Amino acid sequence: MTAALGLLGLLGFVGILELVPRIGLVDPRFLPPFSEMVAALGGEVGTPEFWAALGSTVRGWAIGLAIAVAAGVVLGMVIGSIPLLRAATTSTIEFLRPIPSVALIPLAVLLYGPSPQSTLLLVVYASFWQVLVQVLYGVQDVDPVARETARSYRFSAWTQVRRVTWPTTLPYVMTGFRLAAAVALILEITGELVIGSPGLGKQIAVAQSSGAVDTMYALVIVTGVFGVLVNLVARMLERRSLHWHPSVRGEVPR
Amino acid sequence: MTTPTTPPETPGTPAPILEVRGVQKIYQGKQRNVEAVRDLTFSIAAGEMTCIVGPSGAGKTTLLKCVAGLLDTTAGEIVLEGERVTGPPRGMAVVFQEYGRSLFPWLTVRQNVELPLKEKNLPKADRESLVDEALAAVGLADVHGAHPWQLSGGMQQRVAIARAVAYEPHVLLMDEPFAAVDAQTRGELEDLVRALWKRLGVTVLFVTHDIDEAVYLGQRVIVLSMSPTVVLADVAVDLPEQRDQLHTRSLPRFAELRAKVYELIQQSKRGVRPGSGDEHEQPGTAVAADTQSGSM
Amino acid sequence: MSVGSVARRTMLTVGLPVVLVTAWWFATANSTNFFWPPLREILEAFADTWFSNRIMADVVPSLVRLLVGYVLALVLGIGLGVAIGSSRTLRGVVEPVLEFFRAIPPPVLVPILILFAGIGNEMKVLVIVSGCLWPVLLNTVEGVRGLDEVLRDTARCYGLGRRSQLTHLVLRGASPQIAVGARQALSIGIILMVISEMFAASNGVGFTIIQFQRTFAIPEMWSGIILLGLIGITLAFLFRLVESRALAWYRGLRMTQRGEG
Ligand SMILES: Nc1ncnc2c1ncn2[C@@H]1O[C@H](COP(=O)(O)OP(=O)(O)OP(=O)(O)O)[C@@H](O)[C@H]1O
Ligand SMILES: [Mg+2]
Repeated sequence: MTAALGLLGLLGFVGILELVPRIGLVDPRFLPPFSEMVAALGGEVGTPEFWAALGSTVRGWAIGLAIAVAAGVVLGMVIGSIPLLRAATTSTIEFLRPIPSVALIPLAVLLYGPSPQSTLLLVVYASFWQVLVQVLYGVQDVDPVARETARSYRFSAWTQVRRVTWPTTLPYVMTGFRLAAAVALILEITGELVIGSPGLGKQIAVAQSSGAVDTMYALVIVTGVFGVLVNLVARMLERRSLHWHPSVRGEVPR
Repeated sequence: MTTPTTPPETPGTPAPILEVRGVQKIYQGKQRNVEAVRDLTFSIAAGEMTCIVGPSGAGKTTLLKCVAGLLDTTAGEIVLEGERVTGPPRGMAVVFQEYGRSLFPWLTVRQNVELPLKEKNLPKADRESLVDEALAAVGLADVHGAHPWQLSGGMQQRVAIARAVAYEPHVLLMDEPFAAVDAQTRGELEDLVRALWKRLGVTVLFVTHDIDEAVYLGQRVIVLSMSPTVVLADVAVDLPEQRDQLHTRSLPRFAELRAKVYELIQQSKRGVRPGSGDEHEQPGTAVAADTQSGSM
Repeated sequence: MSVGSVARRTMLTVGLPVVLVTAWWFATANSTNFFWPPLREILEAFADTWFSNRIMADVVPSLVRLLVGYVLALVLGIGLGVAIGSSRTLRGVVEPVLEFFRAIPPPVLVPILILFAGIGNEMKVLVIVSGCLWPVLLNTVEGVRGLDEVLRDTARCYGLGRRSQLTHLVLRGASPQIAVGARQALSIGIILMVISEMFAASNGVGFTIIQFQRTFAIPEMWSGIILLGLIGITLAFLFRLVESRALAWYRGLRMTQRGEG
């Protein structure tokens, strides 16, 4: 039922995209009919450039996300588990976190030029905070009784982390992963678009400056589809990790 | 939202304020339909205190929601003060079982009680005095500015009762209002409801699955069968009007009535239903419990 | 609170930032590296660059565009979100389309909207609106859908009309979730403010910073990065201020719930 409605919605949306330029509601030079976008996409798919660009985007996104998640988890667990460290770093984290990652664009360009590293810097910086903050929430959420119990049984520090802290934190890590995955994609494309590092974003900029509007839309659709896939997979992973976890949590203001 | 029907007035007996006639409710599900209520008919006189008991899942909440106009009936009709219920009627207030979820958490206690009155466009002075009175009546004169979640469960349910009382309804519906509070508080709240009922002359329809509570509170107890639900018995509670937790509950008559209703509930759980030969109770008249149970 | 504990807390709050800034100061004090000028130079450049007419010429226009776009996105997102969240059928029809729009990385909207709206203020505001809209919209839908059934019934049976249901029940009840969306939208909005100016503009913070970078005015560029950081921090702080007032009830509610559980 829901699937049918959703399909109806998608079909309607595609229909509107097709009709609006055809009946002249919007200038087709600005918004070509959907069929032309599809045709342009068909043309793109046949070129090696497209696949190279897609590969660059996916690679940059995945590497950046992996670094951010690894760094966020490790630092989050360490900072979160040591109360003094946590207290001492809170203000710094609260300061650094809202700094918009795009502020680093000029620096990245200076340091690395239009290379994948520039974009990687942005991706890692932006997604790192998402993970770190969630992990810190997670460590804080560990049941004090469980912690006390572990201590009274004289678990080693490592065992405490593995048996007590980590299981509680895992769902938060997955939430952080989901948020970071979306943010990483945004910054990956942004870097490519603005800095000109290789990837779909750069191809979009190229298509725009060469007036290939239908190709531009086709590539935007590709980024959207990739974004949907990322969200779906991340949400599935998050749900799976929540499966055995009784507490009901979400991205809520705390 | 009610549409007028002809008031069935019979001289001599007090006109019923609420009539439930042949009500059936089938939940339309995705895979299957659930017939929660099959055929309910009873009527309630103005100013009466009626308790409805039935096993869990009997459809008590469903019935109450239909009466409150929150659910459409599949068949039959509900008539309140001569008008057919098609949506939440004006002169009716409901106290829900889930007290924690029926109060607006973003409003203070006072605002919670006042909001429905604002909606009635009452002048400010009237609102103020109604709210003050209602909160004082439930013993919460000093927590106006608190938010509901800052209060204990029993206090939250008092706020819900105060809100209902301040609304000045003709009919007050209560759906297992005390199921989730501790025994001590429960006794106090039961006495509170009886006191308010006497003072305000409001008609109360009180749903519970607690037999003691039903007998202690009610002038009559309607026992429902298992789902799909029909009325199994209508027991008149002939206890003295002046009731209190200690004495009333130790009266021999209380124990008898309690046993009677208990037996009926047990039958209900075993799936006993009024036989086809059983005639339906006359609306508004309580069939003596002895004859009813004797026939089963 | 004792003097000792206040002192301790102050130490913990300002300690690390002071250490970091000091380290930066001394590490770069004698720096001759072109990319890493001394912090002293950067701060001088900051005062010279931004405490002049640039505040009016660049900073204010950027912030105004952000504010207009953000507010428009909030109004649109909440309005549409309430409508969509209230109807199961409508939700079913539009949800996949909305998910798609949400998943599009917002910066790609810049080249598209340049086609429609040129490179003026309208384009930048439009970019901000169309990027900020989706998180607000989808979270509002989620919030409206998650409204408590009992609370809905309560509102109905106490005769709350459509308008009071909207203000007293729907918007208030969905507000915690709306705040989640609004917060995501704010960081996206700042990104888009900068990006849209880096792409094509004649004024604005993003435009100026890129100019500095292209002309190798390195201390000025650093001062621009610091300015953007300060803008981000200030806006996040303001957001938290508003949120903590508007959602004080929600924090209390959750704290009591967590206390019980
Ligand atoms: N929204 C619904 N959709 C489908 N079936 C429902 C719905 N609400 C209730 N039911 C079914 O209707 C029957 C009666 O439910 P109801 O909640 O009215 O019982 P109840 O007597 O109030 O039970 P309890 O004492 O546990 O509160 C149950 O079998 C229940 O599963
Ligand atoms: Mg019930």
